[in-house]
Formats: sequence, structure tokens, C-alpha cells
Amino acid sequence: MATENYKLLKKESLPALFDKLTASGKTIYAPVKNGEKTEFDVVTKYSNDINDEYIQTVQSLKGTVFPKVEKLFDYKSDKTDTSIQEPDFSKFPQNVLWGLHPCDAAAFRPLDATFRWDYDDKYFLTRMKLTTVVGLSCSKHDDYCFCTSVDISPASSDGSDIMLTKNKAGDYLVEIVTEKGQEVYDMAKELFGEISDDKESYITDVPKKFDLNELNKNLDGSFEAPYWLAQSMRCIGCGACAYVCPTCTCFDLQDEGAANKGSRIKCWDSCGFGHFTLHTSGHNPRETQSQRWRQRILHKFSYMPDRIKVFGCMGCGRCSRACPVDMNISENLIKIMEEPKNE
Amino acid sequence: MDKLKQLAKELLSNNQVQIIVGYEEGTVGKARPAFISSPDQADTLIYDERCIHNLAVYLTQHKLPGNTKIAVIASFPVMKSIITLASEKQLDENFIKVIGISKDNNIIEFKDFADIERYINQQDLSFTPEEQALIDKIDAMSMEERWEYWQNEFSRCFKCYACRSACPMCYCTLCITDFNQPQWVSVPSHKLGNFEWHINRAMHLAGRCIGCDECSRACPLDLPINLLTKKLSMDIQKQFGYSAGQSLTEPYALSTYKPDDKETFIR
Repeated sequence: MATENYKLLKKESLPALFDKLTASGKTIYAPVKNGEKTEFDVVTKYSNDINDEYIQTVQSLKGTVFPKVEKLFDYKSDKTDTSIQEPDFSKFPQNVLWGLHPCDAAAFRPLDATFRWDYDDKYFLTRMKLTTVVGLSCSKHDDYCFCTSVDISPASSDGSDIMLTKNKAGDYLVEIVTEKGQEVYDMAKELFGEISDDKESYITDVPKKFDLNELNKNLDGSFEAPYWLAQSMRCIGCGACAYVCPTCTCFDLQDEGAANKGSRIKCWDSCGFGHFTLHTSGHNPRETQSQRWRQRILHKFSYMPDRIKVFGCMGCGRCSRACPVDMNISENLIKIMEEPKNE
Repeated sequence: MDKLKQLAKELLSNNQVQIIVGYEEGTVGKARPAFISSPDQADTLIYDERCIHNLAVYLTQHKLPGNTKIAVIASFPVMKSIITLASEKQLDENFIKVIGISKDNNIIEFKDFADIERYINQQDLSFTPEEQALIDKIDAMSMEERWEYWQNEFSRCFKCYACRSACPMCYCTLCITDFNQPQWVSVPSHKLGNFEWHINRAMHLAGRCIGCDECSRACPLDLPINLLTKKLSMDIQKQFGYSAGQSLTEPYALSTYKPDDKETFIR
């Protein structure tokens, strides 16, 4: 715990900042209160419905860089003459993602690593380049949160361009983390002041449930472990966990239209679906739900750190909240570490 | 619910069944489906107002080895689901023992499916005023308002198919939406794809839906899609006098031809 120097953004300066962002052509996504729930939505102005004390939204902002449906190109074919029309990348939106928690900001790392792993996905990379992430430290958490177990802190600025922490007065302690953050600051310098404070004193304390590296080691040699079947018995095989997950990247490519004219579309898919790995031959290497549950866990906690040096889980707890049958991921990860791998 | 635990222990110890599908304490104050396979696990069984999942969904998932005898804890919607599944020839009575739980929390040991059918028909089967009010609200809208309402709701859908997975009546091994030769339903969750999916889902459940509301409960985005199948159930009851989950033998209204049909065009 230490006192440090921060920029200060007063609550009453927020409307002016939002107006400036909108006027400069940015699209702002912010956590907006809607009844009991808070979800990210596009806003053009600051309003009191913007909730800076929410715990977690149902959906992440993954869709702003990896939309649930994205047209890759239009195609036209006239016998031998085939042409492809890609979208105008210069027209992609300049997004400001306002008030994401550190888990969500950190989630752009695995997305980025995946979409430039063996091929540079210019759709994702262009959207990412045009995105400014304004993170918000967490003042609250619930029993589904486990960021500290996956080595993220509720005050971490990793993945954010600007980091906000709300102080007791309701104003924000501001850290300018990257050049993109600096650009936003430079645009509205007059709205910021200076303050010495200790941001850690405003942060919620998320208990650590397990050790990430220990889990990663433990998963070695777990492929045939009996717990996959036991844990997945009640899994009904929907894609709710994958679709609310800020780091799941499975997608499907669909051609819509006719043979001579149409579009190719990239759309979300999930490894939890039974037909996801179904081969044309009829063979399905992941025929059962337990194999698919194993894939979900091993992909995030074993294959991703091995291959792209980043874990695939940010501890946001969305999958566990959304699961219709309470497949709670942190509970299952703890059990994996406690239970024997061999029968 | 000590009696339930006791019964579960007996069924498992004398090998009358090998698995009991019931409920256990979940995380963060939730109850959740549980699979009990040994008498000493039976103490984890619970039953209270949080136990709302329609467990009949597990009876057609083929997760268990063949010849496994299953006992299932059955609230009223589960009983109705079992009768519908049985009438559609999806369940083998010899492998399923149904432990019913009445509305006042008493255990009913059903002898066979016919016993469940008798019990169901002794209960009040009318739609509740709350259900009726939800449908009336949609019915009161003009065509344009209704179109607008469903467009708004469907546009939020991201096609995770939790509605399909949670529904006991969605047991097809190849759902129409996964069929790709030919592609009947547009895959992406854009406007057309979402409309096609939800209209197909509703039509395939028309009059087969027993009204457990599990689809909308499972939906992470809280889409009120249960209203579509509920409305269709009401219409089919009115038009054909048929209600799902009440008869083991009465054939499904929309796939049946009767020579004495009241409509003349079909004769």
C-alpha cells in the first residue's frame, strides 16, 4: 500500500469528456444500468445510468473486436471471372470501451495472441488497433469472481490504455498506461487534475482460490482422468459458457447467397457443441460431452499457455453465472487439483 | 427430505437402479442437477423450491451406458415431460423409475408410466392466471408492435442454443439448425438467422411443449422465448383439444389425421 501520483478526473468532468470523445468520432461502449442488471451498451453522452459499481455484465465486450457475426467479403462469379470485395477497413469504428474491469481488459491479450498465432487476422487486428480500453478497478466482487487465482488483480492495468479507480469522493484516479491512453488524455487535458492517493485502498479483496501454475502442472497427464466424466454429467452441451466468455475464439465460416454471388461470414461457434468436431466421414473425435468439457478446460489452462504463452481464462466468472446447470469453473478447477488423475 | 434420501439408498443398495438423477446443493446458493450412483452419495440429495431444472432432459441424452436403470426425481413438469417423451416412443419404461414429488412435497413412487398419467390427470392442468396474463400482453399488441417486440428480443440472441439443450423435447440427434445438406436454417446469429431459428424452434415444439419454461430460464440473455411455445400450446389446445404431457396414447395433434376432422377441407 503506497501513496502515488495520479491524474484526477472529477465526476462532474465526465459529461464533457464523453462529449469530446463522441465529437472526435469515437463510439463509446459503457456499462449501463437496466433494472437489476448492467450491460455494456453504446452511449453518446455521459448519464447517471452508467454504472461504475457493477460487479459483472452477462456479456463481455469481445464482440467489439470479434463480432458474433462478421462479413469477411462479398464474392461475385461470372463463369471464369471471380471477384472478391473486402470491407473498407478504414471505415471500421473507433471504439472507446469505457469502464471494463481488469479481467475484461486482460482478455484482449489471449484474443490478440490467438488471432495472430499462425495467421494475422486483419479483421480482428484492425478492430483492436482502433480500440481504446478504459479499465476500471473493482470496488465489488461476488462469489463467482476469481481473477486473483489467474494472476490478475482487481486493480491491474494490464490490457487497459487508461486505468480508472474510483475514490471515496466518487472521482477517478487516472493512470495513463499506453500511447493510446495518452492520446485521449491529450485531447481533453483541461479536464484532468493531479492527486496523490493510494488506489489499493479502494479495491475489493478477491480471495485466491487456487494457484494457476500449479493447476497448469497438474493438468499434465490428465487426459484420461476420471473427473472429466464426473464433472460433465450435468453439462447439457449448450454454448452459453463460450458465448459469454471474453476469451473464447471458436468461429465458423458460412457462405450465404448463391454460387455466383454472396458473402462469406465469420460467426461464433463453440467447442461445447456436439457437431463442432464432426468430420465429413462421420467420425467425431469429441463424441461425448466429457471430451468436450475436457477440451474446454485443457484449451484454456494447458494448450494456450503452451502454444501462445497466455492463459485462456481471466477469472471473470461469466461462464459460471450463465451456466443453466451450475457448471462452476472455479469449483471444478479446484476439484481437478484435489482429485486423482488415475482410477 | 430424509425419506427421499432413504428411498434413494434403498434403490441403489438393492440394485433396482444404478443411477439416480436428482438435485444437490450447488455453488453460490444454487441447486443443481446431480447424478447419484452409490448409497453413500445419497445424503447429498436435496429437494426444495430452488430445484427447478427439468431433469427429464437427461433421460434422452444417452450419456449413460446402455442397460443402466435410472431413477429420476420428478417434479410436476418432469412428470409431464416423461409422459410426452413416452408418447413419442423415446423412453423405455423398463429402465426408468420415476420418483414423483407432489406440489406439497410428498414422495410418490410411481409403479409405471400409466400411473404417472393417472396422477397428472387428477391435477389442475389449466394455465395459471400469471401465464395467461403474459400471453394476453403479447396478444394485445398490434401486428406491428408484436413484430417490433420480437425483432428486438431476437436481435439479442447469439445462438448458444441453451434453450435447445435445456429442453427435454429437443432430443433430435441432428437438429434442423445443424443440418447443412441442405442448409435449412441460416447459421449466423444475424436477424434472419435468429428469426429462422426461433420460429423453427417454436414450430417444432408447437403443442409438444409442456410449459416448464426451462428454455427461457436457461437463456443467458433472458429472452422470453417460452412465450412462443406457450402461446402455441394454448392455440393447439383450443383448436384440437390436445395438450402435451397428459396422455401416453393420444397421438400428437399436428401429425394426426382423423377421418371425422371438423374441418371439411381436409376430408
